[in-house]
Amino acid sequence: MFRILAFVALTLAATLPARAQVDIQEVTSPGGLTAWLVEDHSIPFVAIDILFEGGTSLDAPGARGATYLMTGLLEEGAADMDNAEFAARSEALAAYFGFDSYRDSINITARMLTQNRDEAVDLLRAALVDPSFEQSAIDRVRTQVLSIIDSNQNDPSDLASSELYAQTFGDHPYGSDHEGTAESVQALTRDDLIAAHRGALARDRVHVGVSGDITPEELGLLLDRLLGDLPATGAEMPGDAPYNLTGGITVIDYPTPQSTAFFGHAGIERHDPDFFAAYVLNQILGGGNFRSRLMQEVRVERGLTYGISTFLVLFDHGPMMLGQFSSSNDLVAEAIDVLHDQWADVAANGVTAEELEAAQTYLTGAYPLRFTGNATIAGILSGMQIDEMPIDYINTRNEQVMAVTLEDISRTAARLMDPEGLHVVVVGQPEGLETGN
Amino acid sequence: MFRYMLAACMALMPFLPSGAQATEVSEFTLDNGLHAVVIEDHRAPVVVHMLWYRVGAADEPPGRSGIAHFLEHLMFKATETLESGEFSDIVEANGGSDNAFTSWDYTGYYQRVASDRLGLMMQMEADRMRNLLLTDEDITTERSVILEERAQRTDSSAGALFNEQMRASLYLAHPYRIPIGGWRHEIESLGREDVFSFYHDYYSPDNAILIVAGDVTPEEVRALAEEHYGPLEPSGVEPRERPHDPPQIADRRVYYEDPRVSDPYVVRSYIAPERDPGDQRMAAALTLLSNVLAGSGATAVLPRVLQVEEARSLYAAASYSGTNLDDTVFSVFNVPVPGVSLEEAEADLDRVIAQFLEDGIDPEQFARIQFQWEAEMIYAQDDVGDLARMYGVGLTSGLTVQDIQDWPDVIASITPEEVMEAARMIFTETTSVTGYLTAPGL
Repeated sequence: MFRILAFVALTLAATLPARAQVDIQEVTSPGGLTAWLVEDHSIPFVAIDILFEGGTSLDAPGARGATYLMTGLLEEGAADMDNAEFAARSEALAAYFGFDSYRDSINITARMLTQNRDEAVDLLRAALVDPSFEQSAIDRVRTQVLSIIDSNQNDPSDLASSELYAQTFGDHPYGSDHEGTAESVQALTRDDLIAAHRGALARDRVHVGVSGDITPEELGLLLDRLLGDLPATGAEMPGDAPYNLTGGITVIDYPTPQSTAFFGHAGIERHDPDFFAAYVLNQILGGGNFRSRLMQEVRVERGLTYGISTFLVLFDHGPMMLGQFSSSNDLVAEAIDVLHDQWADVAANGVTAEELEAAQTYLTGAYPLRFTGNATIAGILSGMQIDEMPIDYINTRNEQVMAVTLEDISRTAARLMDPEGLHVVVVGQPEGLETGN
Repeated sequence: MFRYMLAACMALMPFLPSGAQATEVSEFTLDNGLHAVVIEDHRAPVVVHMLWYRVGAADEPPGRSGIAHFLEHLMFKATETLESGEFSDIVEANGGSDNAFTSWDYTGYYQRVASDRLGLMMQMEADRMRNLLLTDEDITTERSVILEERAQRTDSSAGALFNEQMRASLYLAHPYRIPIGGWRHEIESLGREDVFSFYHDYYSPDNAILIVAGDVTPEEVRALAEEHYGPLEPSGVEPRERPHDPPQIADRRVYYEDPRVSDPYVVRSYIAPERDPGDQRMAAALTLLSNVLAGSGATAVLPRVLQVEEARSLYAAASYSGTNLDDTVFSVFNVPVPGVSLEEAEADLDRVIAQFLEDGIDPEQFARIQFQWEAEMIYAQDDVGDLARMYGVGLTSGLTVQDIQDWPDVIASITPEEVMEAARMIFTETTSVTGYLTAPGL
C-alpha cells in the first residue's frame, strides 16, 4: 500500500479512558463476498470504502499510465450513460463517489443516502462493472493527464520523489511515475484501458469497509449487486522490486528560492517482528509532531524549516523509510547536516526512555480518537484488510505498542537506520551542495 | 475526471457544510463577554475544543503585515506557568492533537482530545490568552520559521504569488489586499513589541468565541468554561471598522509571468457582497450561482460547455465564498487546452457567460443542486470538527448562530430568478480585475 502508515494501536493505559467504541462485524454476502461493517444508524447515510490491491503497478509493459487513466475514466460514462448523464444521476441522488489510484491499490469511496441507496448502488455498479471508455472521453481525460504530467515536471516535490524512486527501483513499476510519461500516455489505446480495467478490478483482490446506516443483511445484498459481476480473478501482481539506492546527495537544479528535500532508504515490512519498534522509532524521529527529534532540531532550535517529517512507507514490494522538508537555498545545507547528525545519533545510540514513553503515550492515546465519522471508519476498515490485520486488531494492537522496549528500539534503529545509505534528493538552487556520495 | 489544483483559486468547495439543524447546537455567553457554542455528537468519546479570536490579518497596523500569523505561532511558546512547547507536549501526552490557523478575519486554536480532557485544554487555553511570555530568541527563531513557511507556501508557487497580486489589485484600500502571512519585507521587520501590543489589544475573553464539539453536554461545557475562562477580565475591544474601497471605476489587469507555470490560465474577479446578519439572500443566490456555473465537472455550465462539449478547456470554474466580515470575491477561471491562447480563453469565458445570461438556468440542474444542499445537512453531521469550524468562521465573520442555522433554509428558498438577478449584477458589472498567469515564451 502506498500510504503513509498512520494508524495504530488502542490505548489500555490506565490514565487514558478512550477505548475505540467500534464493533466490527464481518459480513459475507450470499455470493461469497466479504466486507467489514461498523453498523451505526444515527445518521441516515452509509460510507463505503473499497480497495483493489495491485493498483497502478499492474500496468502492462509498454502501457505505463493505463491504470491511472482508466481509473479517471470510470465516472466518465458507463452502461447507457455518457459522462453528463452519469454526473446528473449522481447529483440527483446526492451520492458522492471517488475514484483514486495509487501504486499498490485503487480506492473507490462512496457516500449514499439511505433514502435512495439502491439507485446509488446501481449507479456505482455501472461505473465499476460496465464503464464505456468512449473515445471522446478517453481523449478529453488523456489531455488532463498530459497536463498533470507536465505540471509534475514543475513541482519540486514531485521532481524530488520521482528521482528518489527512479534511483531506488529502476525498471520496476515503482521506479516510474504512475501517471506515465507524455509518450506512453499518448500511445494508450482503448484496448489498453479495457485490459487495465479487466486486470485491476477483480473480486480476488477486493477489500471493503462500510460504516453507517445499513444492516448486515442489506450489506450482503449490496455487495453482490455492486461487485458480484466483476471478474473472479485479475492480473498477476508485480514481483519484488529491486533496491538500487546508494547513500549520497542528488541535486536537481530548479529556479526557486527554497529547496525541497526528499530523503530516505529501505524500510521495513508490515509483518516484520520489529515493525512496532520501527513504528515507535519513526514517531520519535520525525513522526510529524512538534516533539519529534527532527522537528525540534531543525525547526524549533534553528528555524531552518517550516516542517520536517519522516514516515514508513509500506510499499507491498519494497518498503521504504522516507522523509521530506523544505528550506531556503541558503539554509538547506545546514538542515541536511542536522538531519545526518540525528540519523547517525539515533542509529548509534537509540532514543531516551523519556522519548519512548512520550511516544507510546501519544500513540496509544491518539488511536481511539481516530474512530469518528462513517467515512473515516470505512477507510480504516478497508485499510486493515488490505494490510492483512486480524479483525480483533483494534483490541490487541495497543499491547504491542506498549511492549516495545528501549532495547527493541536500539536493535531496530541499528538495523533499519543507515546513515551511510541515506540518500537526499534536493530540488532547487541550494548553496554549498552538489550531487555526490 | 481529474480535479485541477489551481494554487490561485480560493477553495473550490461546491457545497460548504450547510448547517446543523439535526445536530444539537446551543450557545451561552459568560459575564466577561466570552461567547460559547456547543455542538453535541455522542457517537465517540472525543471532543474538539476551539478558541477563535475576532482578529486576523486584516486587522494589522499598516506596514506591519504578518503580525496575526506570527502571534499564532508564538502562542505555542512559554507562559508564566508553561515552558515553551509544553502546551503541545501536554496535548500529545494526552493522546490529543492540536494546531492553529489564521485568516483575514480570525485567528483560531484547537485541540482534539478524549472528552474527559476538555477541562485541561480550557485551563491551558485560558492561560495563554493572558500570560504569554516572549523572549527575543523566540522571536528571532520563529520569525525564521514563518519566513520558511512563506517560502514554502507562497514563494515556491507561481499560482500563490499570482493570487497575492490579484488580491492586492482587487482591493484598493481594504486590508484584504494584504496576504494572510504578510509581505516578506514586512515580516522581516517584525519585532517583539509589534506582536505584544497586538496580543494585548485583541486577545481577551470579550473578543473570543469558544466552540466545543463532540461528546459533551452544554451544562458540562458551561461549568468548565466558567471555571477556566470566567475569571479572565475583559478588555473592552471595539467592533472592527476597516477602511473601505472607493467605487471601482477602472478595469484592472494583472499579467504575471513565471517560468514555473505549466498550465497558463485566466481569472476574472469581482468584488461581491458577503453574508450579513439577518440578510443572507444575495449571498445565497451567489452561492447557488457558483454551483450552477461550476459545482460539477460534467453538468455545470462552464465545464460542460468548455471542457466537455467544446474541449477548449482543461478546467473551467467559478468560486465564491460568502462567509466574510467585509466584501468578498466572486471569480471565474479558465485553464485552456494547449493551443488555445489566454486571450481566446478569456473570450471563451465571456461568450459562455453571455449565453448563460441569455438562456437562464436549467430547472432540472437547479433541482439537483437544491437536493444536494438538502443532503449536505445529513452528510455534514458526520464530522462535527467541520461543523465547529463552520460556526467559527461564521461567528467571526459577524453572523449569529441563528444566521448559520437559517442558512440552509435561505438557500432552499432562493428561486432561479434570484440567481439570474445575482448573475446579472455580477457579470454586467464592467469593473473587475482580470489576471493572466503564464510562463515566458508560452
